[in-house]
Amino acid sequence: MSDGGCASRSIAVTVNGSVCRAEAPVRLTLSDFLRQTLHLTGTHLGCEHGVCGACTVLVDGRAMRSCLMLAVQADGHQVTTIEGLAAPDGSLHPLQAAFCRHHGLQCGFCTPGLLTTLVEFLKDCPDPTAAEIREAISGNICRCTGYDSIVAATIEAARALRGDGTTP
Amino acid sequence: MKPPAFLYHDPRSIDEAVALLARLDNARLLAGGQSLMPMLNMRYVLPDHIIDLNRIEALAGVRQIGETLRIGAMTRQRDIAEHPLVRSRLPLMVEALGHVGHRQTRNRGTIGGSLCHLDPAAELVAVAANLDATIEIVGPKGARLLPMAEFALGFMTPAIAPDEMVAAVNLPLPAARHGYAFLEMARRHGDFAIVAVAVVLTLDPAGRLATCAITLGGAAAVPRRMAEAETMLRGAAPDALLFGRAAATARAVDALEDAQVPGWYRRQVAETLIERALATAHRRAVAANGMAS
Repeated sequence: MSDGGCASRSIAVTVNGSVCRAEAPVRLTLSDFLRQTLHLTGTHLGCEHGVCGACTVLVDGRAMRSCLMLAVQADGHQVTTIEGLAAPDGSLHPLQAAFCRHHGLQCGFCTPGLLTTLVEFLKDCPDPTAAEIREAISGNICRCTGYDSIVAATIEAARALRGDGTTP
Repeated sequence: MKPPAFLYHDPRSIDEAVALLARLDNARLLAGGQSLMPMLNMRYVLPDHIIDLNRIEALAGVRQIGETLRIGAMTRQRDIAEHPLVRSRLPLMVEALGHVGHRQTRNRGTIGGSLCHLDPAAELVAVAANLDATIEIVGPKGARLLPMAEFALGFMTPAIAPDEMVAAVNLPLPAARHGYAFLEMARRHGDFAIVAVAVVLTLDPAGRLATCAITLGGAAAVPRRMAEAETMLRGAAPDALLFGRAAATARAVDALEDAQVPGWYRRQVAETLIERALATAHRRAVAANGMAS
């Protein structure tokens, strides 16, 4: 219920499967909550105004820009960050493995946002064309411009996730 | 690049949100946040209060009422694009949403937020204008309905009072067998449109144009219905020559100028896009009616 409004609030967010409780100033963005409060610095901050896509995380399974959400808005929701993609035993998500093989990352700054975006995309579109992949990542800027390798990695990861064909 | 200090309110009902709006000074409503959050991060806006609408369930959802589609203000753009009613009855909306930002912003951005932000280049604003939408506004005195043409008062200025908010948008559904097209020119996918065009048309049994709505987005401060072209087309037998003449009315548009795009360029792009959109919409209408083209 609303009252006189608050400047800070106690929140509980499920991050990568674990419930995280913390006191969050209401003006704290979700990205700063992840990085500064929870020390999950895999989520990168490029532009902080919703243009670069580096800070993309999954909120209830959907890719969103964490710099354009307040931490209090994530209260009671599930957040998946780059740290939550690999299996508990450390084995990489098929997208991560394919990015490694295809040199889908150079400096790596955009990579967390690309991977979280593509995890959602491949769930919606398990057998994409290269053009569909390029459209899906139109909101993620890679300034090393390694897009060709990213697209090649995504096509291979899609194949692996569908379970058809073998991955090298 | 961090939001300024404010007090946060997250009401659970429309009534509660309206009461807060009436009571609080310098309050901003937070919808999907895909425009307001960047403005907060850059401190273009300095509100004392943020009223977050994201926990008001009654504001989200799509339903058909007669031949009108009612879309709640907080319905996410992604959910609109995937809704079966929208996909079957309003493909113009689906085509337009493909141009709205990116996957990550459509997952969060709402139709009400886009309409109230009223960016001249916003696709949803152009679609609402093209369909003669009616905006449902709630305030301390209750609810009122406003035609889109009156809602879009001026550059980024919706006709809502500081103590009012948009609850829903009512979109009259085009006839089942209509033709449509949404075309846009932007420098990169997801960028703001330099010019966007929405067209919906229907054919009579003889294949003449029965109704036709053409809207330019991005070209002027508010969406511009191409009334002269619409009149020219209504009742006429469609052909490429006629579409070209209708599109040429864009030469008279008092187009926006900015550092990157001069007005004459917007007029040229508008003319080209209108001609293409009319041809595409007509082709689709012919196919929908099972006519030979």
